[in-house]
Amino acid sequence: MRTEQYPHRNGNREVRLKENSRPGAGKPEYGVFKRAAAVFLAVLVTAGALAGCGGSSSGGTAAGSSAGGSTGAGDAGNDTQTADGQGEVIELTNVSYDPTRELYAAYNQIFEQYYEELTGRQVEVTQSHGGSGKQALEVSNGLEADVVTLALEGDVQVVADSGLIDDGFISEFPVDSSPYTSTIVFLVRSGNPKKIYDWSDLIREDVGVITPNPKTSGGAMWNYLAAWYFFEQQGQSEEEILESIRKLYGNVVVLDSGARGATTSFVENGQGDVLLAWENEAFLSLKEYPGEYEIVVPSVSILCQPTVAVVDEVTRKHGTEEAAAEYLNYLYSDEAQIIEAQNFYRPSTKEIYDEFVLETDSSTITEIPADGHWINDKIVLTDITHFGGWTQARSKHFSDGAYFDQIYEQ
Amino acid sequence: MKASKSRSIIPGFGLSFGVMITILSLVVLLPLCSLVVFTLKLTPSEFLYTITRPRVLSGYRVSISTALAAASVNTVMGLIMAWVLVRYEFPGKKLIDGIIELPFALPTAVAGISLTHLTTTNGWVGKIFFDRFGIRIAYTRLGITIALIFIGIPFVVRSVQPVLEKIDIQYEEAAMILGADRRTTFLRVIFPEILPSLISGFTLAFARSIGEYGSVVFIAGNTPYETEIAPLLIMSELQEFDYAAATSIALVMLAIAFVILSINAVLQSKVSRRISGLA
Amino acid sequence: MTLRNNSGPVKWILIILVILFLAVFLILPLVYILMTALGKGVEVYKASITDKYAVKAIQLTVQATLWAVAVNTIFGIAAAWCLTKYAFRGKKIISTFIDLPVTVSPIIAGLIYVLTFGRQSFLYPILDSRGIQIIFAVPGIILATIFVTFPFISRELIPVLNAQGTDEEEAAALMGAGTFTIFRRVTFPHIKWALLYGIVLCTARAMGEFGAVSVLSGHLRGKTNTLPLYIELLYQGYDYTGAFAASSILVIMAVLVLILRLFLERRGQKELDIHK
Repeated sequence: MRTEQYPHRNGNREVRLKENSRPGAGKPEYGVFKRAAAVFLAVLVTAGALAGCGGSSSGGTAAGSSAGGSTGAGDAGNDTQTADGQGEVIELTNVSYDPTRELYAAYNQIFEQYYEELTGRQVEVTQSHGGSGKQALEVSNGLEADVVTLALEGDVQVVADSGLIDDGFISEFPVDSSPYTSTIVFLVRSGNPKKIYDWSDLIREDVGVITPNPKTSGGAMWNYLAAWYFFEQQGQSEEEILESIRKLYGNVVVLDSGARGATTSFVENGQGDVLLAWENEAFLSLKEYPGEYEIVVPSVSILCQPTVAVVDEVTRKHGTEEAAAEYLNYLYSDEAQIIEAQNFYRPSTKEIYDEFVLETDSSTITEIPADGHWINDKIVLTDITHFGGWTQARSKHFSDGAYFDQIYEQ
Repeated sequence: MKASKSRSIIPGFGLSFGVMITILSLVVLLPLCSLVVFTLKLTPSEFLYTITRPRVLSGYRVSISTALAAASVNTVMGLIMAWVLVRYEFPGKKLIDGIIELPFALPTAVAGISLTHLTTTNGWVGKIFFDRFGIRIAYTRLGITIALIFIGIPFVVRSVQPVLEKIDIQYEEAAMILGADRRTTFLRVIFPEILPSLISGFTLAFARSIGEYGSVVFIAGNTPYETEIAPLLIMSELQEFDYAAATSIALVMLAIAFVILSINAVLQSKVSRRISGLA
Repeated sequence: MTLRNNSGPVKWILIILVILFLAVFLILPLVYILMTALGKGVEVYKASITDKYAVKAIQLTVQATLWAVAVNTIFGIAAAWCLTKYAFRGKKIISTFIDLPVTVSPIIAGLIYVLTFGRQSFLYPILDSRGIQIIFAVPGIILATIFVTFPFISRELIPVLNAQGTDEEEAAALMGAGTFTIFRRVTFPHIKWALLYGIVLCTARAMGEFGAVSVLSGHLRGKTNTLPLYIELLYQGYDYTGAFAASSILVIMAVLVLILRLFLERRGQKELDIHK
């Protein structure tokens, strides 16, 4: 189609080559090339062998040695585990959302231990983290998750709608299948220089806000809804609320695509004055950067109920129904509830919740309490039922052309 | 297609054609078809509505304008770099020549992250610009353009360089002996020779930049109507579980890429015809 | 050359301009990566790159790269041969389709495979009943990697073969040589350097692919996380040192590949000079 297309630089060499490499005449030069090619090949083969070894142990990458290339090595690995032989490792895949990395890293350890004591069988949990909505989509598209632990019921519903989860998942486990909850709080810079204490401060002109985009981050819908609830409590009409929300998002400096991205913009890159964050994310920032940030608990917020569910279709295929159910059940045990609380999720067991309640009148938390009591109990929390459930909240606020889109229209 | 097979006496047409078409179909054509199939789930008016919503239009605008700016910078700098690398000798030349491809190898996300860190108002570079001139780089279109310049560096250099290497210096000397000054020599003798490669380098850099996601999403700020790029809109449609909308926008972008490549192809044949006509 | 070397001030202005440009746009980010990687000391750096998941990610990246290089080499040679040695209709359109992957947004590249092989595709029941999983598994990652590097090798070979013409092959064919003999003895010596350069580019690009792979990997830690995805994972987990340490591995791998190219080029150049 055309001549020089891609970055390349053999232009003049090719001409010279032509003089030199008529068949037969090029023998000696072949030697160096052969040697060089041999070295290159040797490197490749070694690397390939390495990759192959890694592959066979992870049970998902045997493609490296299979002739077909596109055979489902991952599946073959899982199928062997469905055999009931004792001593074989059961593999579970937990597809979760962004902020739960630390929680499940800790939880998987105690669960693996517990499960071996209980049944004598080893279990290995593979984690996947990402934006909640994206994760839900990937599971519906064929990402073989045995359990999903997502940011909101709506996302689990998406997986259920694709036929992977049996009806009634919301009542399959205690307290609406949400073993731990969280809420939305403010993270501000040390000393709270902009004097941000409540949602009404976020619409002041001098305040820069960081929050992720509710259209790309499921968790960010909670932020939006919490703000909505506050202005509603102020007695504003729907138009007034919309105007306030428009002001609030007008103050947003960076509208990141995910919760973790937003935290990074605020913490690492120093953008904005206040980050609307999951409570657990905010505490994590206090822990990572002591003395640099403060948590401000607003007067009202929303009870975020992350939802867990067994992906029935997949577990039936893998033969992991029992292990998957046990994995989620154990989230309600005292040991797990304590780990959840230690990772700054609000536990659902009343006694353990009470153990972590912070006795204070101030709405500002400047450091992680030494005794571990961190839960601020004074905050008034609404929940999603106030908005008529996820289906209604989504269609009214977040779908194409709905309220969230409208606030950006000029 | 096989009609003219007999014209060549070189054996192996069937084999090479077969291998080419098989791999091309499996890797490129078949997946592209599914894009069309999913888009067809919309009626024409729905499709039209989806791809012309103001938010989406502004997404294209942001993507195209920043890509255009970045590709232009890369074309000018790429030409200069190719010139310097071919025509001059200086210490460190080999090194410069060697690192041109690095943007290919560096994951776009890593490029995006480090560029963001460097250019925020308290990053190494961003601080200087913000304190001195009050210019914000990260989270603006300027930031997007910079990320796109980074990923587009190799295209123009590597297109122009081999052509420039081939140009016989005698023509220039002849032109100068005939009394042409340096500028005229460049414009009349050298420039027409390298123009086709310059255009193809520009189109590739441009096309690659329009679709870029990994590096831009970190540095963009993603404010709707301001710094929201088209690929991000595809992502947010997917988040909405709206496949048809996502594929519609994707199809438009694909069409843009296809058009750019075709324009390039036409220009190439035109320019080369003109040159051979002159010669 | 003497003529050009006269242009003293212009020469140095241009050189300085180039160096400044590359320093700001290319070297500064790289320096930043390396400094952050080593920011907490060599020990932390070592620990980050020998982490169990980091090693798995490196292996997966190498595996995907090898597949991409292998498939694209076969395709590149076949396509370049076919498009330059024979005349047939539809050449232009095939050429354009071969180029298309470079200009397609990585997001779309990932998306099209999800649509083709995902649960909503008509292919899914067929594949699933045979236990074949493509997306959210290694084959999908390999496919995406092949896609984004698709034209790299063929595009290197086509100009060279075009310039070479078909006379030699025709002569060989008239003398009765078979396809493979012609290719090995006549064509291959012409294209070997271009091929090598294509392989180098393809390797470099394949290692770093992020967008497309991210859409269809599923991010299963230790299973489908390639090195670029693993970097993102660390970054999102506030482990900036780890993230940049892992990035530095990629930088080093890329530099090694580029050095290898420089070395081979020089050997090639030398042997040519001897023959002159």
